[in-house]
Amino acid sequence: MANEVTLLDFWPSPFGMRVRIALAEKGIQYEYKDEDLRNKSPLLLQMNPVHKKIPVLIHNGKPVCESLIAVQYIDEFWNNKSPLLPSDPYQRAQARFWADYADKKIYDAGRRSWTTKGEEQEAAKKDFIECLKLLEQQLGDKPYFGGDNLGYVDVAIVPFYSWFEAYEKFGNFNIEAECPKFIAWAKRCLQKESVAKSLPDQHKVYDFVLQMRKKLGVE
Amino acid sequence: MAAKQEQVKVLGKWPSPFSNRVELALKLKGISYVYSEQDLSNKSLELLSSNPVHKMVPVLIHNGIPISESLVIVEYIDETWKSNPFLPPHPFHRASARFWSKVVDDKCLPALWNAIWCDEKGREKAVEEAMEALKILENEIGDRRFFGGDEIGLVDISANFVGYWVDILQGIAGLQLLASEKFPKLYKWSQEFKTHPIVKQALPPREELFAFFKSRTA
Repeated sequence: MANEVTLLDFWPSPFGMRVRIALAEKGIQYEYKDEDLRNKSPLLLQMNPVHKKIPVLIHNGKPVCESLIAVQYIDEFWNNKSPLLPSDPYQRAQARFWADYADKKIYDAGRRSWTTKGEEQEAAKKDFIECLKLLEQQLGDKPYFGGDNLGYVDVAIVPFYSWFEAYEKFGNFNIEAECPKFIAWAKRCLQKESVAKSLPDQHKVYDFVLQMRKKLGVE
Repeated sequence: MAAKQEQVKVLGKWPSPFSNRVELALKLKGISYVYSEQDLSNKSLELLSSNPVHKMVPVLIHNGIPISESLVIVEYIDETWKSNPFLPPHPFHRASARFWSKVVDDKCLPALWNAIWCDEKGREKAVEEAMEALKILENEIGDRRFFGGDEIGLVDISANFVGYWVDILQGIAGLQLLASEKFPKLYKWSQEFKTHPIVKQALPPREELFAFFKSRTA
């Protein structure tokens, strides 16, 4: 049976970007559908009735929801090339731990840095930088979190880099000055075609966040 | 060939369902381990050094190497000791099991916990959300004995709070959340879960759990 793959996504979503990168790493052809989140398609509501969120990977008509679960699925189903998770159980546990950490910390602190003001914003910026510094320590001297090649943790984290111009401008801070190693790692990832074609331009994301702030009345 | 000398230790807290998930997983695989009860108001050096990022229980220490986060630990246990697998073989069904474990963790547990401990003001809305969460699980379990099918799987382990803690805590809160009239299939599952021969030995004693949480309402 031919593999029919569709991705329901929203172009600025770092979670959607994770799945795009994984599909590209494996060389999988797929149909990309950008959703209007204020007017969700019947397909999205049918394929993710529990959360009604993107991304949703649809493979031969069956949905896989939650970005990291979809990345693991892609890795397990198309297991003939570019492994994203290592084969050793302990290394896999480490990879899952750090991807979970990214989910809990980066997204939340990043979001707070452009949706809040004053003391709350300062706290968010501090949390965000601390989080990146911990990840820098975890990276060590390796080119990627996955070692010599892009792995699960790289795929989980690099999408947030596309939001850095927005975080910096609205948070009024310089991420590269505080975390140069993290920025160097992100730029290294962007040298990969799978990452470069999956991440939108930082300025485009900045414009999107500018509009969002107006709508949310944060200005 | 002699089995490799395994050293397995769990840093846990007996009333915690997260800690319990790890013990459940080890017992289901028939793995012997040393258990160390942790005092979270006075964290041990061992806890702080083995989980420096979150400083929380549970932590599994396998041959001296620590792993944290309960569901990461459960998958590690499943991949390290391959008998009685918690996950099915096909990638799609594995993805489905992981999805439902995450629904339990992200949606059901917080909603249930909130409904139980909420004050009068937010009570009605919190209970409504808890009931919605239970309905989602009721629809998912269907006529299966366990979420894992005939045997206990990842989702059942993840849902230990729903299968055992909720019944005890709802009594303390004076609420009827997981009732057989409203959620017959999920209720039946909870009975299967807590009477399973291995699970029932791994769960903390009912009276002690009741007393522990009741003392927190003072």
